[in-house]
Amino acid sequence: MSGEPQHIDDLHHELKLRGVLGWIEYRLPVFNWINNAVGTNYPTPKNLNYFWNFGALAGIALVIQILTGIVLAAHYVPTVDGAFASVERIMRDVNYGWLFRYVHANGASLFFAIVYVHLFRNLYYGSYKYPRELLWWLGLIILLLMIITAFMGYVLPWGQMSYWGATVITNLFGAIPLIGDNLVLWLWGGYSVGEALLRGFYSLHYLLAFVIAGLAIVHIWALHQHRSNNPLGIDIKGPQDVLPFHPYYTTKDLFGLGIYLIIFAALVFYMPNALGEPDNYIPADPLQTPAHIVPEWYLLPFYAILRAIPDKLGGVMALAAALLVLFAVPWLDTSKVRSARFRPIYRQLFWILVADVFLLGYIGGSPAEGIYIPIGQLATAYYFAHFLILLPIVGKLESPKPLPDSIATAVLEENKRKRARKLPQVGVQPTSAGGHH
Amino acid sequence: MTAEPKGDDGTRRDFIYIATGAFATVGAGIATWPFIDQMNPAADVLALASLEVDISGIQPGHALTVKWRGKPVFIRHRTPEEISQARAVNVADLRDPMRDEDRVQQDKWLIVVGICTHLGCIPLGVKETDPKGDFDGYFCPCHGSHYDSSARVRKGPAPRNLEVPAYEFLTPTLVKIG
Repeated sequence: MSGEPQHIDDLHHELKLRGVLGWIEYRLPVFNWINNAVGTNYPTPKNLNYFWNFGALAGIALVIQILTGIVLAAHYVPTVDGAFASVERIMRDVNYGWLFRYVHANGASLFFAIVYVHLFRNLYYGSYKYPRELLWWLGLIILLLMIITAFMGYVLPWGQMSYWGATVITNLFGAIPLIGDNLVLWLWGGYSVGEALLRGFYSLHYLLAFVIAGLAIVHIWALHQHRSNNPLGIDIKGPQDVLPFHPYYTTKDLFGLGIYLIIFAALVFYMPNALGEPDNYIPADPLQTPAHIVPEWYLLPFYAILRAIPDKLGGVMALAAALLVLFAVPWLDTSKVRSARFRPIYRQLFWILVADVFLLGYIGGSPAEGIYIPIGQLATAYYFAHFLILLPIVGKLESPKPLPDSIATAVLEENKRKRARKLPQVGVQPTSAGGHH
Repeated sequence: MTAEPKGDDGTRRDFIYIATGAFATVGAGIATWPFIDQMNPAADVLALASLEVDISGIQPGHALTVKWRGKPVFIRHRTPEEISQARAVNVADLRDPMRDEDRVQQDKWLIVVGICTHLGCIPLGVKETDPKGDFDGYFCPCHGSHYDSSARVRKGPAPRNLEVPAYEFLTPTLVKIG
């Protein structure tokens, strides 16, 4: 050993392979490619908490959706007359068809849950800031595609909610001046939601899953350029700040995956219809609208924003703006400090935003009448005010707490504090840190 | 915490590592089963696996093709000559030795799956105008396999006789295939 590495780029855990693996590696360096991506040669901040599990979990959720989706596509019939019956056939006759459908439907819900936690983790720890703006954008584009894909997938069973959801959402485009009516006609491929739209949605639903997978790879590519942010929001300064991704974070991600799969299994096996709408078990009827049309829970906040504006075009624009405003967040947030841990005012605003989004979700699921309307309008106004007014102002006015010198010193200090708290009671002997075998 | 046992017998960490790996491997193995089984015939397909055919209209010397499990089944009303011809053969000389008596339940009714055992073409011989081959049974035009009046292969590349499906006579004129 010729001294400790001084810079993170001096860390090298390259794989030296012999035999068959070496033969392959010489011609196609796939093993080092993997090792550099998620292996021992990918240095990761040593202080990541469990909120950093959600990126890997989102990737796994996508894989589950694609695998189950491929199976469902093999048994599904994309016609107005055959769709509903084919889904029922999948449920009753196809071997394990019920399992594939319940995993796919609940998997979509959990995918959104994971991605929302991932997104709010990002907002809390300021991960979107320089130099990760494009990484943030790629994530938002993935979310946008997820919303479109999930909506199209929801139409495929051709139940009442499928049909009327498709009708309501495609009619949104009718709000666009001049071309609106023709645009809707084009989307429908006819004079109402029907066969052409169903087949088109089926085709695109399948395609977009793979577009999302491709973008996810670009997302990870961009992530690896400047590496993960961390709960302190400060940059990696040297080798003492990092741990190799494997085995430290592969293990941590696998543990998170175990918890996730327990929740997933509980949903699929014990309450598979808890997150769905019973009305979608009624076959689509173009002559009868259900009394209360609501999207799936993960779109309810957006639905509330759409309904908050008492104007067709205005509502559609607010809906689009609710997503688009997120793209501007890296520049709307004027603070140089990333992590909310060191931003006392922003941290409170963050939790108010979380509460506001939950409130919007609740309003989105409630009927559009009475007190719900003004509450929805207030919550919508606050949502935009948070990003457009509060975020730029707070960054200028707030005085952040002092930042630690480095990740390593912060971690050591925290360990010291923990030990000091424990010592009087337990009497921990000063063991050598970690286990070496 | 007490000191962990160390040494050649392995540590607590080794145990956890192997237990986790084994659990994940078994779990992944089990999870692949639904992916395989979903391709097996579904319940509605299995429910339609048998077929009842009214054979009262088939005259002696004539045959009928019915579709069963997506495949053609030949039902032939054999003439006495065809039956005696089938039984005159020396079974030991056959490529796929089988007695005619073992291939029919009622002498005059020959019921076989109409798929050539060579490469899966449908042999000719059901229609009156069809060539029936050199042995007065079925002839496969794809590669020239000849079947006799008991649908046993006599000439050509086919390795086995035409398959006899499971069937039963519900009444003298109603047969249930499958």
